[in-house]
Amino acid sequence: MSTSMQAASASSVQSLPAAEEALRLLRGMQLIRSFEEQVRNLSSGGVIPGLVHLCAGQEAVAVGVCSLLRADDMIASNHRGHGHCLAKGADVTRLAAEVLGRRTGYGLGRGGSLHMFDAANGNLGTTGIVGGGIPLAAGAALSAKRRGRGQVAVSFFGDGALNQGLLFEVLNMASIWRLPVLFVCENNGFGEFTAIEDVTAGPDPLARGLTFGIASETVDGMDVLAVRAAAQRALARARERGGPSFLVCNTYRFGGHHVGDKQDYKDDADAKAWRLKDPIERFGGWLQHCGMANASVIAALKTEVDEAVRAAIELAKAAPLPAADDLELHLHA
Amino acid sequence: MPSPRTATYRAAVLEALFGEMQRDESVIVMGEDIGAAGGVFKQTEGLFAQFGAERVIDTPISEAGAFGIAVGAAMTGQRPVFEVMFGDFITLVMDQLVNQAAKISYMSAGQFHVPLVLRTAVGIGGNLGPQHSQSLHAWAVHIPGLKVVMPSTPADAKGLMAAAIRDDGPVIFFEDRMLYNMRDAVPEGDYVVPIGSADIKRTGRDLTMIATGRMAHVALAAAELLAKDDISAEVIDPRSLVPLDLDTLVASVKRTSRAIVADGGYRQYGVTGEIAAIVTEHAFDWLDAPVLRVGAADVPIPFSKSLEPLVLPDARRLAREAAALVRGFR
Repeated sequence: MSTSMQAASASSVQSLPAAEEALRLLRGMQLIRSFEEQVRNLSSGGVIPGLVHLCAGQEAVAVGVCSLLRADDMIASNHRGHGHCLAKGADVTRLAAEVLGRRTGYGLGRGGSLHMFDAANGNLGTTGIVGGGIPLAAGAALSAKRRGRGQVAVSFFGDGALNQGLLFEVLNMASIWRLPVLFVCENNGFGEFTAIEDVTAGPDPLARGLTFGIASETVDGMDVLAVRAAAQRALARARERGGPSFLVCNTYRFGGHHVGDKQDYKDDADAKAWRLKDPIERFGGWLQHCGMANASVIAALKTEVDEAVRAAIELAKAAPLPAADDLELHLHA
Repeated sequence: MPSPRTATYRAAVLEALFGEMQRDESVIVMGEDIGAAGGVFKQTEGLFAQFGAERVIDTPISEAGAFGIAVGAAMTGQRPVFEVMFGDFITLVMDQLVNQAAKISYMSAGQFHVPLVLRTAVGIGGNLGPQHSQSLHAWAVHIPGLKVVMPSTPADAKGLMAAAIRDDGPVIFFEDRMLYNMRDAVPEGDYVVPIGSADIKRTGRDLTMIATGRMAHVALAAAELLAKDDISAEVIDPRSLVPLDLDTLVASVKRTSRAIVADGGYRQYGVTGEIAAIVTEHAFDWLDAPVLRVGAADVPIPFSKSLEPLVLPDARRLAREAAALVRGFR
């Protein structure tokens, strides 16, 4: 176990999960990784048309936050959104079917990876517009505030969205209206192919939240427990009518912007260093260190998850493509 | 017979808002200065006092973000009526309108709906200049997934606002601010005009004038002038641009064999061109002349008193064009 993990874990000692919950967190991250790896193969093999944007490396953020959400809490995801969907409870087969453009997918295969919605689990969708989901989450928070049942909305966006004017507008309104919303910036260091420091003014992304009087915090986004602890504080604040929070999770995408991106803009040593912080490996190591799981339990869990994803993808692949009759369906409510 | 109850266009829309907010707790109103201030055109006056800040929400001057929040609220149980103060400012909400609101029902295969009304004041008048005078409804009608209405009378405004609020999808409600003070008969109580139904405002034999919003009144005035020349003009207000009541328009043109389409938006690639093309496609064999288009001159709307009135044709010019169309000596 690395020292940074110890530090993070110590700081979040009040929220350490019990063994059962800890294994759920591990499985949640393994599920995302497995999904992304299998989708990557399908994409590079030409089975999935178009572009897919994978989140391998960033699993701790989705799982850390969503593990604390209720079914009636809501999220708005982004273009790198498979992990958020899965962590919020999406059915793996339906998700895979949408990514594959099949009629059994969440949008009848008409949205694809960039546009996946799961109303039953409060998922307002992945989106192809950088920052596009941010106001949707705040709007869901406005609804939640009116209903008064303690619901919270979470917006996931990347560092690329830090420079969208829409973010500033929504942060301002979330603050003045004290909306129960958590803004989660997944800072993976790159907006598409461009490094954050080349295009982002100010000393720290955190200032984006602080400027608007929003409780803001930076965490190690490769440490699921650190993310979870920070999210716990933010969600408690939101549920107790304390208003919005802004969380910067420093993380890294192990792959490119999309499958096929050659990633020439990445520094090899840097990439290698981030690989050593693999959130699944680290958390697995921590579980062993604490005696919550041994290597064979972890390996068995991974095998089970890989198999479940494989079976889901096979089912999805066998499903029909949307028919011509589906072209205009649901155009109007 | 007792004379019918009358109200202004402004009051008629407000009546619909009051009625719908009373009827349905999920209806909220959002916009700039629409709360305690009652709106820059007094078009939301009284709502704040009756329904409070929770349902009548003053937004900062942040159209894009506030509209996006309205979309998110609509996806999660609210029925927002979002006001964009001037129609020119819809450019600021275009991304959330086009890439989110219009597509969410489709992309989510009906899991989510966006029951939202975007209302905005359009039209030329009062020397407000190039950025407060445009009628950009052609931008909205181009996008599949949106419904677009444009009432011309107080009664239609009341009935279409009620219908728009009750619709489960996004409806864009264009109201001409120069009609706000217009007074006419308005049914009391619950009154709904179905979206997608045109209204024949005046019957006639010799030509059909298809005219939207303010131009419906210009067309009616032109029809009066034409009547003095023994030309009988039919005037139809489509009321809804999407969906368009094609049957009513085409049936009329088949009867009269001539048509002019008049709209307050720009002519280039505009609403008039689309309606003219549709009518031509469906009634080609019945037409005795090309379908004419009348609209705003394709220029930024100028500020000066000498130029502003030149942008939109008046009743005399419309009548002249109509007479030429009927008599065939254009």
